[in-house]
Amino acid sequence: MLDTVFIGLSLGSVLLLVALGLSIVYGSMGVINMAHGELVMIGAYTTVLCQIYLDLNLFAAIPIAFVVCAALGLLIEKLVIRRLYNRLFDTLLATWGVAILLQQAIRLEFGLSFFGIHVDGLGPGLQSVSVPEVFNEPIMIGDFVLQPYRTFIILIALLLSAITWFLMYRTRIGQQVRAIMRNKEMAAACGIDVKKINAITFAYGSGLAGVAGVMMSGFKTVMPDMGSSMVVDGFLVVVVGGVGSLVGSIVASGLLGQLNGFVAFFSNDIIARAVVFAVVIGIILWRPRGLFNYKGR
Amino acid sequence: MNLVKNLVGKCKIAALLTSVSIMGSSAVHAAEEIKVGVLFSQTGGLSIVEKSLASATLMAIDEINEAGGVKGMMIKPVLEDGASDPKTFNEKASKLVIRDRVATVFGGYTSASRKAILPVIEKRKNLLFYPTFYEGFECSKNVVYTGSVPNQQLNNYIPYLVNTLGKKKFFIVGSNYLFPKEMAKVAKKLIEENGAEWVGDEYLELGHSEWGSMVKKIKDSGADIVLSNVVGDSIISFYREYANQGISQADIPIASTVTSEIEVAALGGKYAAGSYTSFPYFQAIDTEQNKAFIERYRAYTKDASAVTHHAMESAYSSVYLWAAAVEKSEKVTPSAIRDAVKGVSEETPSGLMTVSVQNLHSSMTPRIAQWKEDGQGVIVDEFDGPVLPLPYSAYGETAESLFCSESGLDSSKL
Repeated sequence: MLDTVFIGLSLGSVLLLVALGLSIVYGSMGVINMAHGELVMIGAYTTVLCQIYLDLNLFAAIPIAFVVCAALGLLIEKLVIRRLYNRLFDTLLATWGVAILLQQAIRLEFGLSFFGIHVDGLGPGLQSVSVPEVFNEPIMIGDFVLQPYRTFIILIALLLSAITWFLMYRTRIGQQVRAIMRNKEMAAACGIDVKKINAITFAYGSGLAGVAGVMMSGFKTVMPDMGSSMVVDGFLVVVVGGVGSLVGSIVASGLLGQLNGFVAFFSNDIIARAVVFAVVIGIILWRPRGLFNYKGR
Repeated sequence: MNLVKNLVGKCKIAALLTSVSIMGSSAVHAAEEIKVGVLFSQTGGLSIVEKSLASATLMAIDEINEAGGVKGMMIKPVLEDGASDPKTFNEKASKLVIRDRVATVFGGYTSASRKAILPVIEKRKNLLFYPTFYEGFECSKNVVYTGSVPNQQLNNYIPYLVNTLGKKKFFIVGSNYLFPKEMAKVAKKLIEENGAEWVGDEYLELGHSEWGSMVKKIKDSGADIVLSNVVGDSIISFYREYANQGISQADIPIASTVTSEIEVAALGGKYAAGSYTSFPYFQAIDTEQNKAFIERYRAYTKDASAVTHHAMESAYSSVYLWAAAVEKSEKVTPSAIRDAVKGVSEETPSGLMTVSVQNLHSSMTPRIAQWKEDGQGVIVDEFDGPVLPLPYSAYGETAESLFCSESGLDSSKL
């Protein structure tokens, strides 16, 4: 029983890692970032490259991936998203295009493969990341197996949520972000530099994706299209939790994770996935704006 | 006799050439070369494996050309990209057959891509050489299968696991599509015949990488061995989750029908060490021919650490089987090559391969390897010689009673 709860928790924590950045960006900017999964993928590749070229382990890769992805996010915001404000479907398509570009950049080794140059750690192949030794020995507590790496992911997910909460509710920038979420025009009228705040928000969301990527690299396969399915799962959480709601994202990912874990245990994974989708559809019908949501003014 | 005919033919061509040469040089090339299609995914999720199949095919073509070609003609490969998408495979196959008029298509990796190429090949009466191990249950007059079918992977495997390793309770796990389900069908029959039992038969979506619940189920099921038909990148997260939940390969080994050198390299030998795989070919085969093959492949791909694996070795060998057939046949047309390929034998890196006269599948020698930390297998068991292919073994096909023969599929036996 405890095992199943733990599996549910770890499924939920993975969902939360991806959804966190997505939710902030969608909530404050109204941008559905289809490239979010690819930013996760870039985070994972950062880990691979750190391991090969800098001989750094997974811990050290966390801040690096955050910075790399945040910088990349800033660039995407400046080049693409800023030009498409208030055009939801255009940003959807544009960020999808960015997603394809990022995937191909990794697959074609930034174009070097055209010249016959191979960069270790890039290309269409599968990459492997070794997890620090501390995470390799499962800890037995009676019958219950505590997996150190999964526990680490759960803790990181909670830590990032706490940091995000702190930034949103205890700092000036967070206050401004929340103001923009409520009413963008009014916030601008009060002297908030909406463009600047949005750029920072997007960069932060992208950085979170990068950290998610580092965590994924330890137990998932690192390859160019690893991110595309994640963005779907991330959106399930955002939609169920309510757009822009931090508590909503945490509750929704926990809920969907446990649901998936339990159904998978009592029947199988394929039915579990179907049940998750069915429940999500039910929740959207019942509460179109999600379980928790801001009231826009 | 043949030689005389050839000479006469060549004189004719030469005479023709001098007269046509004013009109342009394209006709000249057409007379001296045989066009073949090479159709694998160069892009997309499956390109990881399929690129190696394409390289192996092209390498074999290069080698044959360097040695003087077939019947004095050069082989000219037309490379197309299936883009990991069955629909693209279908379109590119049409392009190769109709516009390029190739004599044969080498290609296809997943069953989905084969099924997409098949209608084109059959309708146009062309010929496909399919190099991948697959689930069987197919009987086409236009396809030569050079990969293994279930009986060539499982007939020695299950008895080995039951009798030599003493495993009695199987948990069968796979990706949710055709190949794993057909493999499970054959495996269950063999497990029961050998006096063992299976305690689980579960599937996970293709490309899914969340194995927590499944591995826990395996642990709770009381199984003492796992038969894995898991395919693609899911393999990596599966073996890792297995270790993370504290199951040791020494206690409950994973016995796979899919995990090859290429996946073990990506997975990290540490996680695969102690598990098993059954294939006719492993990089670890200790023959001069195989060692030379590995060396040539590494030089060809300019990658000193490139691994060789069953499907790519089979792609390589299929070109040699094809060339032997072309040498034998009078005309270079798909149907003539198909008739000539029946019964053709080649000494390949995996040992002797023979194309069956009856069902156009190939006989080969099944082997079992146990993986070591360095990412290579140690061959722990191998058949004395090549085993006949039985694509319908899940439905009761035996060597004495073939379902698929020269006259086609005998559906009354199904």
